[in-house]
Amino acid sequence: MMTEPMIAGLWTDTVSFFGVHAVAVVLLKIAVVLFALLGLVSYTVLAERRISAFIQDRLGPNRVGWFGLLQPVADSFKFLLKENVMPAHVNRIYYVLAPCIALAPALLTFIVIPFGNTLAGEPMVIANLNVGVLWMFSIASLGVYGIVLGGWASNSKYPFLGGIRSSAQMISYEISMGLSLIPVFMHVGSLNLTEIVNAQSHRWLFLHPNLFLAFLIFMISSFAETNRLPFDLPESEQELVGGYHTEYGSMKFALFFLAEYANMITASALMVTLFFGGWQVPFALPESLSHPVTWLAPFVFQPVGFVYILSFFLKMLLFLGVFIWIRWTLPRFRYDQLMNLGWKVFLPMALANVFVMGIWMALSV
Amino acid sequence: MTIKIERPVLKWHENLYFPAIWGGIKVTSRHFWKTVGNWISGKKYGMITSTGRVTMEYPEEKWAVPNEYRGAPTLVKDPDGRIKCVACQLCEFVCPPRAITITPEPIPGQLPNATVEKWPKEFEIDMLRCIYCGLCEEVCPEEAIFLLKDYSFVGESREELVHNKERLLELGGMRQDKIYKWKNK
Repeated sequence: MMTEPMIAGLWTDTVSFFGVHAVAVVLLKIAVVLFALLGLVSYTVLAERRISAFIQDRLGPNRVGWFGLLQPVADSFKFLLKENVMPAHVNRIYYVLAPCIALAPALLTFIVIPFGNTLAGEPMVIANLNVGVLWMFSIASLGVYGIVLGGWASNSKYPFLGGIRSSAQMISYEISMGLSLIPVFMHVGSLNLTEIVNAQSHRWLFLHPNLFLAFLIFMISSFAETNRLPFDLPESEQELVGGYHTEYGSMKFALFFLAEYANMITASALMVTLFFGGWQVPFALPESLSHPVTWLAPFVFQPVGFVYILSFFLKMLLFLGVFIWIRWTLPRFRYDQLMNLGWKVFLPMALANVFVMGIWMALSV
Repeated sequence: MTIKIERPVLKWHENLYFPAIWGGIKVTSRHFWKTVGNWISGKKYGMITSTGRVTMEYPEEKWAVPNEYRGAPTLVKDPDGRIKCVACQLCEFVCPPRAITITPEPIPGQLPNATVEKWPKEFEIDMLRCIYCGLCEEVCPEEAIFLLKDYSFVGESREELVHNKERLLELGGMRQDKIYKWKNK
């Protein structure tokens, strides 16, 4: 780690000398993250199908490729080749717009997540915003508008009910979701996600009792945010025939589907970043990993950078597993139960948590 | 009469949802690991659970159908290799969806069983029309048509699924015969 600032300086000097380079680096990062994200989305879908199958004593998709591993490829080809049907009764502009509005925020939110320390002196975050978490919340809640809009533009009763439920759901969990993170900011003193990760180099935040409660509230709210069971009220396939995407087919349906899983990935990434040390590893790494790899000389890579990215990735997978597991374990909450939970339980709990955290900090100074 | 169902009064810790969530996770993990165990240990075809077989990997594994099962109709030969069908066309007339088409002709030349008046020049069963009712088998006076247990035929065109005489004889094969009624005519 000693050589890190030196390398970083060297790299940034080079980059700022060629201004174009900086743009190219950012574009490269965006491309890599976008494709990694979309690839992970499709494989999360496969994982979901396989895990759900095993939980229900079935086998799941096991035909395409080795153990069904090429199933996502087959699925995406199927989606791309399907006929694009638009029902006659829909509001055409909003009907087309809704899936895009659902997907774009899901992909946008990932840009503030630091998914690694540095690689070749380049910080592994696309946009190191000072208001990282606020950006996250503001953009993530836009995704709900895609669902509401899709429900409304479909001009049909079940999607409409799904859209209504989505908006009712949003106002009941989002306040407690935002409030639950205030103790984190009080503890770290910053909204910047990179700084939050750096603050966890010695102790991950969920080990703090107050912040563990914050984590619980945040995790349960993220289930609602990502429309996952037990809070998938907008979809409710048994009561609402698929809810907001009843009238959607082919690639437009797939966009909603992608958005749900991209949201899941972002929520997992956020939980890892805020409470589980981000890309940090819980043990000391051998010193040799910090030495630059000579055969990659022009890029000055250090293997430790990859280790951190891997650590982040594995933690994220763990949370994705939790998301999937919970979906196939718990039944759906009723409309009023979710509202009760949001307004009467989590909101007071989050407020009390802020209060207790304040006292804790005042006493521990 | 209305039946009033008493809702259980939950204790405070039950109201926290956590005991129920934990219970649910225990159930799903039990099933998950059991199934994964079966899968890894090589019980590849079908997961055997306490409730029985759940997944059947269809083209490799098939249901064992009962002996009375009515599958695809086929033509059979007797042990002498003679086509048993005498082209009486009863099956063609009885067939409810009119799937059978027979073109009879006199048996040409000095074949072993030329004493039989005629045989089918062409015998077609349109498997796209067949409803597997088994009336053709029932009506056949010569016991020349039999239903197999096979129920699944796949083709890439409609023509492929119209079984002609060769195909029907190939599917039907040979059947033991007790009465060789045409032998000494």
